[in-house]
Amino acid sequence: MTFRRYLVLAAVTLTSSLGDTLLARGMKTLGPVSLHHPAEMIHAIFSPWVAAGIVLLCGFFASYLTALSWADLTWVLPASSLGYVIMTFLARFWLHEQVSPLRWLGVVFITAGVGFVTRGPSYTDHGNGQPEPEEEAVLEEALL
Amino acid sequence: MTPLQILTTIAMIASVVITATAGDILTASAMRQIGDLDVIRARRGMLGAIAAVLSNGRFGVGVVCLALSFFSLLFALSHRELSLIGPAATSLTFVTNAVAAKIFLKENVDRRRWTAALLVCVGVTLLAF
Repeated sequence: MTFRRYLVLAAVTLTSSLGDTLLARGMKTLGPVSLHHPAEMIHAIFSPWVAAGIVLLCGFFASYLTALSWADLTWVLPASSLGYVIMTFLARFWLHEQVSPLRWLGVVFITAGVGFVTRGPSYTDHGNGQPEPEEEAVLEEALL
Repeated sequence: MTPLQILTTIAMIASVVITATAGDILTASAMRQIGDLDVIRARRGMLGAIAAVLSNGRFGVGVVCLALSFFSLLFALSHRELSLIGPAATSLTFVTNAVAAKIFLKENVDRRRWTAALLVCVGVTLLAF
């Protein structure tokens, strides 16, 4: 893993948590949406908070796709789940939601899971004989 | 929460999880087909990398599934708390993704990754309280 790839992972984590929090902030302002009025959902997209959340989630998607191009899905997802921890902090201290001690314990478990998976390889052999993306990137740098 | 509220919460979370898993598997499969984006960008520039992603059919279907998941999430967030729906839906997706990645993407999901899945699963269960 290079420093640049850790930066991509950090972007995945921050944009997803902040994006989801902004969506929640926007939807709380608009109130409950009914399934019988789908137009309300379209209207919600253009509210400032939801729109800002969507912009951040677009950033999340770009960095997420970049990570998927050189790492396994089963590595990227847990490695970026530190975002749930940030999201819980934002929900508690910005949206003022009640977060019980058990939820904080849940945050600890998720963090442990993240720490556990990131110590392993980001890409594993799929048995198709193709070079690993990281190995290919190093070869590319050597060639250039 | 009443039993009906619990059922509707489960249904809302399930709809987000199913559509997100389909989307994640399809996009991950597409990115594997395309190859390392850093390498493509070095060879063909940023526009070349964007074109490589957008011209992949599997990626398009994956994005449709992720869009469906997004609207399901938006709907759920308007009815329940973020600190319940957000972590529960997205983390459960991570577990279903581990199973689907092993089956469809043939990823080597070793003991370390299953343990991480279990830890996140326990964490998610605790987030519901």
